[in-house]
Order: sequence, then structure tokens, then C-alpha cells
Amino acid sequence: MALLEVEDLRVSFPGPGGDATAVHAVNGVSLELEPGRTLAILGESGSGKSVTAQAVMGILDVPPARVAGSVRLRGRELLTLAPKQRDRVSGEEIGMVFQDAMAALNPVFTVGDQLSELLRVRRGMSRSGARRRAVELIDRVHIPAAKDRARDYPHQFSGGMRQRIMIALAIALEPDVLIADEPTTALDVTVQAQVMELIAEIQRDSGMGLLLITHDLGVVAEVADDVAVMYAGRIVERATVEQIFAGPAHPYTEGLLASMPRIDRRDEELYAIPGSPPNPARLPSGCPFHLRCPRADDVCRATLPALEPLPAGRASACHHREELLHVSH
Amino acid sequence: MSATDERVLRVENLVRHFPVKGRLPFTSGGVVKAVDGVSFDLRRGETLGVVGESGCGKSTLARMLVGLERPTSGEVRFGDAVVHAARGRDLRALRRRIQIVLQDPYTSLNPRRTVREILLQPFEIHPDALDRKRRLDRIRELLDLVGLDPSVHLDRYPHQFSGGQRQRIGIARALALQPDVIVCDEPVSALDVSVQAQVVNLLERLQRELGVAYVFIAHDLSVVRHISDRVAVMYLGKLVESGPEATLYDAPAHPYTKALLSAVPVPEPVGRGDRRRILLAGDPPSPVNPPSGCRFRTRCWQATETCATTEPPLAGDERAVACHYPLAA
Repeated sequence: MALLEVEDLRVSFPGPGGDATAVHAVNGVSLELEPGRTLAILGESGSGKSVTAQAVMGILDVPPARVAGSVRLRGRELLTLAPKQRDRVSGEEIGMVFQDAMAALNPVFTVGDQLSELLRVRRGMSRSGARRRAVELIDRVHIPAAKDRARDYPHQFSGGMRQRIMIALAIALEPDVLIADEPTTALDVTVQAQVMELIAEIQRDSGMGLLLITHDLGVVAEVADDVAVMYAGRIVERATVEQIFAGPAHPYTEGLLASMPRIDRRDEELYAIPGSPPNPARLPSGCPFHLRCPRADDVCRATLPALEPLPAGRASACHHREELLHVSH
Repeated sequence: MSATDERVLRVENLVRHFPVKGRLPFTSGGVVKAVDGVSFDLRRGETLGVVGESGCGKSTLARMLVGLERPTSGEVRFGDAVVHAARGRDLRALRRRIQIVLQDPYTSLNPRRTVREILLQPFEIHPDALDRKRRLDRIRELLDLVGLDPSVHLDRYPHQFSGGQRQRIGIARALALQPDVIVCDEPVSALDVSVQAQVVNLLERLQRELGVAYVFIAHDLSVVRHISDRVAVMYLGKLVESGPEATLYDAPAHPYTKALLSAVPVPEPVGRGDRRRILLAGDPPSPVNPPSGCRFRTRCWQATETCATTEPPLAGDERAVACHYPLAA
């Protein structure tokens, strides 16, 4: 039994005209996360990667959002839990780090107060015990002079330091699963490296499973064990990180890899995927990628390809997956 | 590329300080030294990349180059003219020669104007640029040049376009008056990965066809490597290193350049555990109160007494570095 199992997750939001204009953000996502492993969900804006994370975390407003399918933590179904129990699970057993730390932290309380409040409410710790633990946690995320900094407000920290505070909040209750939604996107590259290193270190020590939501292929290559590539609310390819980079089995992944400029060499011209990602309110027929795909044929335009298994435990949702895998090796 | 030895832009010792209000009324809180003595030349038809982290002054530099910001001292020369000394007719003539493409394609286009109106505006400001009767043909040409369809797109509003298409409109607007220099301030950072390559390729093609020179300002080192002939690295308002793209990336001489490059995630999972990464401690210091001597010394692993007392000048010509102890190739 996997630590976290998501099965056929579907999320939609009603449109201005009711069901006919509903936005289908997530259309049948299944994934599994094992303890100590890092699963990256790679996708562009509108691919449904953040909504997937929010549905797993249980922080979508339902209604208006509609969530179907199954999310199981250690075999226990979360989607059918009563709201109170659900909050307890997602607060204590799943931690979450967001992209924008300034928006996620409360600006009118010191970071020490925010951490101790969490510990007192959830763990029933005493005022002084919670305070001590809060300082330990600030120290744990390598913020110098933790005791003094606990008395500072979020705006007194730099972007990278705020991200560390949010990580401290996310790991305070020692969750089994950490969901990080674009944790370093707003940061400078030197600070991004520090924060990713910190997350990896905490993961090594605690053995939690990490669900990393990102659009950055470089970050994926650096930290992920497994990768799920999302496009138009579906997983279009799933493989280990080595498999993906050695030879993608979906034309979208192939295009993403080819369109990325490299720091370690200079290419003459970049491959560019034509067009732009589809609007989730108006998905095309058949394969959602067919309008941008160099391999698209009549089958692709008419029939939606399912995520089918390939050798070596990987999977691809492409009618041409066999030949793609053949070409790239 | 078609770069010649002719200098289209000469930047000499450019400085921009912003006064900061103090905590009490009528007191001064010092000055932010956003740009603090930057010099470089731009050759006709070449691309100079400027990289640096947030707060290093690269956007203030961009705004000064096009005359949107007045320097505290120093000058930007275009041919024989000094950009900030020009007035009236001379200034208008200069503005035709130097144009800008901004980062955010959502806020840099007027939402109440159609593409036709947006592209005709440069000719209304500079009526002598083109005869009234020929303007519509010209903007059709421009749309065609940037890969949009004049018959379909001319009378649409910005919100009807995707981010990548809007950036194409911004580029068409910058090209309208046939400038010699386009300053691109983070032109692809707001775009999806799969769309970035389209815009980068477009900028390169336009340079080949029109011979326009770019100052390409970005924080993404991979994109800058891909597009630039020469690269300058900025830290806290100063250039710390500059040189041809290949030498700077393959053999950085300034410790900051080396650290910056090593922090960029490499999209190659094989061997990621063996990569040597220089993790810089902390964040860049405040530009209100930069460190004495070399500004990088507080984060530099090889700083000595000399670095604290003496500021290293940017020494060298084609390949220049501002460090007392430049790294060997």
C-alpha cells in the first residue's frame, strides 16, 4: 500500500453558464507516492497541477468546486471524511508549502506566534513549550539567530527566509506527506538552490513523501525520483526521472525538453512547440495536445488516448507512444 | 550574428540613486544605490545579455537606456547624442532609435485599444516616420513579421490573445519605427515554458533579418546564454564581470558568476549527486548600505582584508572582471 494514492481524481468548477461552460481542471488523475520518494508533477499554467495538489490537500472550496474520485492516505479515504476530520488529517498528516510566502503567512503576527499557535492548537502544547519548539523549528530551517527572529513579522524577512518559515510551519506537525507547490518559483536562483537543498535535507531526515508541483524541468531533474507530466488536466506521461530525460514517451514532454535552452551548452535554434496551452474551459476533441503535435493524425483528432502502460513501469497517453519510445532510444 | 564593430550605444559610468524617506517626517533614510557606475558598449546588430538577481538594478538600467529614467550621473550615448541631454525634437528622434519590450504582456498593452490602434500609435507620436497612407500596410507587415495574422488579429483587443501572442504584439510595437536598439527587460519570464522558445526564436530571427541590436535583461541564465553574443553580470548595482557568452559561461572569472552558474538546475538527472554546487550563504545585502570594498565580499568564500577595504575596478576590455582574485580558467 502506497503512502498516498490518488485515483481517477476529477475537479471541475461551474462556469458562468452552468454545466455547459464548466471548467474541467482535473480530468482523471491517478498517482502514487511512497515514503521518502519525490514525485514531481510537471506542467504549465492551466494544466491542473495546482488544482490537483489543492484537491489532495483538501483546501478547495466545495462547492463551487466539484471533486470526484479517491484520495487515500495510508489506505484511508480522505474525500468522504467529514469536514472536521478532513481538516485534522490535512493539517497534521499532510503539510503544504506555497509559492507566495507573503500571502500564505499572516502579516500581523510574528512568525514565532504563528508557529506556537499551531503547536498549541494541534498538539495541545503549553505556551512556553510551544515557544521553545517554535524556536527549534526556525533553527531547523537554518535561519540564523532563531530566538530573535521568532519575534519578527513576515515582512521583516527576505523572500528566501519567508519560504523557510513556511517550510517550518509545514513540517511543524511532522506530516507524512509534504506538498510543495512551486516552492522556489518566486526566488532568485542562488536562493532557490538553498531552499531545494533544505527541503531535500528535511526529507532525508524524516522520510516523508514529497509531492513537488513545478513547471521547471531543471528543478525536476535535480530533485525528483518520479515524474508525472500533466497537460490539460490529465497525466500524459509517467516515468522515473532518468527515463523521462533519457527518452520521453509523449510528444509534449519531448517538445518541452527540446524547447529548453541549456546552461551547459549553446544550441543554434530552439525547438518551439507551436501554439499555446488549451483553455481548460474549451478543450479540443480527441487528444488535447493534437493541435500542437507534429505527430497528430486522424485518430488523435477523434479519440482521446488513455494513459497506457509501457515497458519498465512507465506509461504514456499517446496513440504513438510505442514508436516514440522506439525513436528516442 | 551580424554584429559589426560600430558602437550603437555607449554607456559611461551610469549611476541612479533613489532617495529613501526616513522613519520620521523630513528626515532622510539614505539612498538606494540601484545602479552605481555601469559602463558598456553595444555594437550594431549584437545581443548583450545582462543577468543578475532581483534588486541588482537591471530594470533601472533598462529604464535609463531608453530614457524613461533620468540618471543621477553618467551618460548614455547614441551615436553623437547624449540620451538624457536631448530635448524636444532631438529627444523624439532619439526615442525612435531605442525601443523597449517589457516583461508583462498583460499590463504593457492598453486593454481598451485594438491591435490596430496600439500599432498605429508610434506613428501618431512620430508622424514624420511614415506617410499616413502607408501606415496600415506597415502595421500589417509588422504583424506578419512577428507571426500574427493581420487579416484576423488586427481588430482584436489584448485580452483576446494568449501571453505569447501579446508579447509578439509588444515586439511588433517596438519594431514599428525601425529602431537600432531594443532593450528587452525580462521579455520571456512571464511566459509558459513551451511558449518561451517561440519568442526567443522570433527575437533571433528578427535580429538576423533587421540587424537590430538587443540589450537582453533577464534572470534566467540559460535563456541569456542562448540568445547573447556577450554577457554582463550585475551585482548590487555594478557589473562584476563581462565577456563573450562562451568564455563567461565555460570559464567564469568572478566568484559571483561562478556561484550563480552553479546554482542553475541542470536538466539532466544522470550524475546529479556528483555535481558540485556553490551554495551562497544568505541573500544579497541591501543596496541602501552596500558592503565596503567589494560588494560581493560578504557572500564570497575567498574574501580577504583587501576585499573589505579596496573596491576592485572592472578591469579588462573584451573580457572584464571586477575581482582582486579572479578565478583561473
